[in-house]
Order: sequence, then structure tokens, then C-alpha cells
Amino acid sequence: MLTYILRRTLMMIPVVLVISVIVFWIIQLPPGDYVSSHVMELQKEGEQLSAAEQDALRERYGLDQPWYAQYLAWIWGILTRGDLGYSFAYSQPVLAVVERYMATTLIVAVASMVFTYVVAIPIGVYSAVKQYSVGDYVFTTVGFLGMATPNFLLAIILMYLSYIWFGNPMLGLQSPEYAAQGWSPARVLDMLRHLVIPVVVIGTASTCELIRVMRGQMLDEMTKQHVLTARAKGVKESTNLRKYSLRAALNPIVSTIGWSLTAIFTGSTITAIVLNLPTQGPVMLDALMAQDMYLAGAWLGFMAILTVIGTLISDILLAWLDPRIRDERRARA
Amino acid sequence: MTTTPEDTTPPAHLVLTVEDLAVHVPTEHGLLRAVDGVSFEVRAGRTLGIVGESGSGKSLTAKSLLRLHPAAFRESGRVLLHGADGSGADGTDALDIMELRRDGPMIRAVRGRRIALIFQEPMTAFSPLHTIGDQIMEAILLHRTADRAEARDICLEWMLRVGIGDAQRRIDQYPHEFSGGMRQRAMIAMALSCEPEVLIADEPTTALDVTIQAQVLELMQELQAETGMAIVFITHDLAVVAGTCDEVAVMYLGRIVEQAPVRELFANPQHPYTRGLLRSIPRFGMGRDERLQAIEGTVPQAIDLPAMCSFRDRCGARIEGVCETAEPRLLELTDRHQVRCFLHDPDAPVPDQPVGSTESTASDPAHAPVVPEESPA
Ligand SMILES: Nc1ncnc2c1ncn2[C@@H]1O[C@H](COP(=O)(O)OP(=O)(O)OP(=O)(O)O)[C@@H](O)[C@H]1O
Ligand code: SF4
Ligand SMILES: [Mg+2]
Repeated sequence: MLTYILRRTLMMIPVVLVISVIVFWIIQLPPGDYVSSHVMELQKEGEQLSAAEQDALRERYGLDQPWYAQYLAWIWGILTRGDLGYSFAYSQPVLAVVERYMATTLIVAVASMVFTYVVAIPIGVYSAVKQYSVGDYVFTTVGFLGMATPNFLLAIILMYLSYIWFGNPMLGLQSPEYAAQGWSPARVLDMLRHLVIPVVVIGTASTCELIRVMRGQMLDEMTKQHVLTARAKGVKESTNLRKYSLRAALNPIVSTIGWSLTAIFTGSTITAIVLNLPTQGPVMLDALMAQDMYLAGAWLGFMAILTVIGTLISDILLAWLDPRIRDERRARA
Repeated sequence: MTTTPEDTTPPAHLVLTVEDLAVHVPTEHGLLRAVDGVSFEVRAGRTLGIVGESGSGKSLTAKSLLRLHPAAFRESGRVLLHGADGSGADGTDALDIMELRRDGPMIRAVRGRRIALIFQEPMTAFSPLHTIGDQIMEAILLHRTADRAEARDICLEWMLRVGIGDAQRRIDQYPHEFSGGMRQRAMIAMALSCEPEVLIADEPTTALDVTIQAQVLELMQELQAETGMAIVFITHDLAVVAGTCDEVAVMYLGRIVEQAPVRELFANPQHPYTRGLLRSIPRFGMGRDERLQAIEGTVPQAIDLPAMCSFRDRCGARIEGVCETAEPRLLELTDRHQVRCFLHDPDAPVPDQPVGSTESTASDPAHAPVVPEESPA
């Protein structure tokens, strides 16, 4: 198993490198570059930049070089100095921008995931065990509504309700008065309260999806022959449910944890804009639109690594959970 | 009539009596009378064979004996489990399994402990995520001891007894590391580890190849001789029945159509369906797995059956004007040979019109129903 993990980790390196090339190439694909989009911005505000000034800017940022030369310089910087490049829009090193948003992004993403699993799995199991009961129908209906409601709409509704009920739409991730303070219990509490709406909004669609998957999985597992075998041995229904059906039904869900994390990462941009969340989604969008290429590249590269690691984690979990897969791996190793 | 050795020995005590068992399954097309009016007895140390084509209701009957059906199925009849020493054989203090709640502790104490079940498919009967040992020990821990070390010893002992060599290593292996034959052995070990009074084996060898099949059958017989348990042996293969069973019940479309001691049945089959099945037994030199089309036609679904002999459409001996007028009843030819067919019923309805050309069915039962040939226009 250890050798397997080691081998997979080594294999990640070329994969991530290839992805970074593709990502970089795609980012510079649209016509123009940061300077030209910057000039357009300035023009809107009535300012002009002469052609000479533009060229000077290009030279300073290295934008006059072909894209692969830019890419090589960038990746060389990352590998040798850990330098992710420079964000034109923020006039800061990319690393500083990333650092600022990383923690909140992770908090929102992980909290949404936990919400999804904690809510969806029990409901899915309940719906399967009590198939066609009133509760099952209610959850199914709510589930379809949840999947069909666009996130931004849900966000606006919740903000509105929060405003009506608590006099505060709960924008952002913390109240302004805490922004300058150090961490205190009150600040943590404030943040948790602010997390509710984003987590519900971001988590609802995947929760509803997961309820359906879980219900289907459970129904499938509960009618398996080996469950009947266990019942015929005199095993209690509750034991049967937990030991055989639930355990087996969770397998495919566990195995997708890895990349559902990235999905939540990327899927929440619009929500983050609507709710004014200090997370990476809006920053990323701006960077792409402004062709702030190193910032965009760094983030997309980070996502790629996350996806690859997520897949690895899933694979490890799956092998840990399922002896058949474990043996298959061992045979190939 | 032949006299068989078992006719002379005093009958072993009754372990299980099934009376008028019915399992009706609600389906979208109507109520499926998958098992209807089935009665039989099982005696200690003896083997009852239940034979019939696919879909005749054998597995549903077996599952009914342990109340394994979902609540939506409509079951009726009695399944009496007598005391282990035969004390309840007169039916007084027998346990009626059909009266037990299907998820209650009473039925759980019977399942695996007093009546054990071996299923049709060894490949799917074990959970792929748990070790074989874990799954065998589960029954032992439920019914025999709470001590894990002791349960493991019992498990190892039974694995060795059913011929799983190297049990010390194999006990911690997973089902996918077992071949089909080995899995069926493990299944038998699991079923027998709590020393049940009745073992129900639902086509235990169908999925196995011929040599393994023979080994498993032999093993079951050996263990029966050692433990004195009763076996209900379900199969669609009469050839297997000949070597393993004492009594045979032939099922067709949810009903028992003929029941007799095994030699009697083979020497003197009375129901046209039984005769058809007997003819389909492969002879020597014929591949066992090339499944013969036993009897012309297919088994209809037991939904909305009219009140007539359900074998009528496929029967070569059908009596026009009789077999479609009512359902034949189960007749006692002797006290141990019963058949459900108008051919043997002195009180059979009288045909509407005289039937001149009825063939002598006893001498030539091979005839298929006469189909009028279409003449080309
Ligand atoms: N869960 C179920 N729901 C609906 N119908 C069922 C169900 N299980 C079995 N049946 C039907 O009941 C009838 C008898 O099935 P059963 O499994 O007892 O047949 P069998 O004699 O064991 O056949 P086989 O040799 O194929 O195992 C069949 O027509 C089958 O389609
Ligand atoms: S009752 Fe009639 S149709 Fe049915 S098996 Fe007997 S002869 Fe054939
Ligand atoms: Mg069956």
C-alpha cells in the first residue's frame, strides 16, 4: 500500500506539470493581454496610455515574449524560488493574494462539504429504509426543489429572510466591527453565524443530489443477496442495515469525496459574488477577465493539484474500504 | 409397487410440518399465486427433495419457512417446527413459524439456529466487504457463544469439516479469494456451524461445475449422517434427487403435483409433469450443463389462473372436457404417494362429449399436445 501511495504521488508530478502548461496556454488564448484590458479599463475612465507606454508596461511584465517563454519563466520561478509570479491587478505578488483568500475559501468549502454529508446521508438512509413513506415523499420533493433552485436565487431569498428576521442580511463572512480585531470567541461565533447562509446555499444542491444517490445506493444494497443471507442467519435488522447495507452504500460516496471538494471550490463563485464572500471564486473570475495571468494560472494550478490529490485520497480510501480493490492494486504493484 | 428399505424402518420423528402454505405476491399485473396450498413433512435425518422448473415457487417456499418475505407478500398456512427431540410431533407444543413477527426476536432465534438456509448463488451470498470468517462467526456469535475466541475455534473446526484446507489462513480471507466451490463450502459451514435441526438447501450446486457439485452433495450427506439433521433439498434436477433424497415433492406453478418416496417416484411416476421431468434427465455421456428443454412450452405466470389444471396447456395426456373444467385435487394413491391429476381421480368430472380417441397415457406419455397443422392456402 505504501509503495502504491508513493508511486501515485510521484506520478502526480508530471500530471500537474502537464495541466499547468495547458492551463497557462488557455489563459493567454483570448486576444489581448493584461495591458490591453488595463488600457480599456483606463479608457473607460477617460485616461489614455500611449503606445510607447503600453510597450514599456509589456516589457516590464514580460508580456512581449511568446507565451511558452512566459510560462517557462513563471514555472522556473515557482520551482526555484517558490515565487508564484506577480498579480498585475493587485500590484502584489500572487502569493500574497492567494494567502489572503485561502483560509476563508477553505473554511467555506469544507463547511459546505461537511454540511452536505451530515445532512444527506441520514436523510438518504431514512428515505430508503422507509421507502414510499410520507417522509420519503417529502424529502424527495424538497430534494428536487433544492436541485432546481439556482444558487443565487437561494442566496437572495436567505439574505432577505435573514434581513427580515434578524435585521441583518449576513453579508460577507464576518461583521465589520471584528475585521480589525484579533480572534476571540465572539469573533468565531460571529463567523459561524455568517457561515450559515453560504454553507446552506453552496451545499444545498449537492446535498439534494447526494440524498438521491444515497437513497438509491441503500435500496440497491438492502436487496442484495448477502443481506438476505445475514437475515437468514438471525442477524437483527438494525445490525444488518449498519454492517452490510450502509457500509457498502457509503463506498462510492467516500470514493468521490476527493473531487467533490474541488467541485465545491469551483462551483461557488456566483454564490460568493452574491453573498460578498471573501473567497477565491470572485478573485479568480476577475483575474480571468482582466487576464491577470499569473494569479489565474496559480489558482488554476492549485485547483489541479487539489483535484489530483483528491483523486489520490479517494483511491486510498476506496482501497482501504474494499478488499477487492485492495487486492487488485496489490496484484498490479 | 416396489418396496424400499426406508418403508420398513420406523419413521424418524417429525421435525417440520408445512400445512397448506401459500405465498401470494402482489405485482403490477395482479396477484401472483407463487405458492399455493403446499404441504409436506420433514423428518430427522431424512432428505425431502423439492423439484420443479424455474419459477415453480421453490425458493419462495424455502424463504417462507424462515419468514424472509417482505410484509407486502401475503402468506398463509402453518409451518410447524416441532421440538428437537420429537416431543412436539403431535403438534401440541410445536412452534408455528407463520405466527411469529417477521423481524421479532422469536424468529431470529429460529433463523440460523434451528433452521438454516443455503442459498442458490454462492457468488453473491457473502458480503464482499467482510471476511468469510467474520460472516461465519456472525451466526456462531449470535446463537452459540459470545466469546470471540471460542467462536473462531468453532468456525475453524467447521471450515475444516466442510473441506476448506488451510482454514487458519482462509478464515481471514474475503469472498473474492474463494472459488465458487469453496464459497459454497463456506456457506455450508456457515449454515451448519450452529447445528440446525433443518437445513434448507436451495439449489446448492446449480452454480457449480459437475465435479464440485458431486463433492458438495457428498459432503452434505456425510454431515447429515453425522448430525442427524433433516434436509430440504431444492433443485430442478431430478438426477440429483435420485442420489440424495428420501422423499420427493414435485412442484409446478406453486403447487405440489406429485409427492412420493424417491424410488416409488422414479419407478412409478403418475403425474404427466413428473414423467416429463424424468424423461429429461440426461443420460450417461451427455453434458450435464446442457440444460434440456424438459417439457414443451413454458411455465405460465400464476396470475389470474382459471380454475383448471395449470399444466393443461403442456400436458400430453390431457382429457378434453375434463381438465379445463376444474382444478384437480391432491389424491392419495397410497398413504405416501400423492398426485394431483384427473387421470387418477375416480370422481373426475364427466367429459361433456364422449372422447373416442383418448390415448392410453400410461403406455405412451411422450405425446405432445396435438396441434392441428395449418394447411397452406
Ligand atoms: N420478489 C418477488 N417479487 C415478485 N415476484 C417474485 C419475487 N420473487 C419471486 N417471484 C416470482 O415467483 C415465482 C416463483 O419464484 P421462485 O423464486 O420461488 O422460483 P424457483 O422455483 O425458485 O425458480 P428457480 O429455479 O429459477 O430458482 C416466479 O414466477 C417469480 O417470478
Ligand atoms: S389434470 Fe389433466 S391436464 Fe392436468 S396433468 Fe392431469 S391429465 Fe394433464
Ligand atoms: Mg429458486
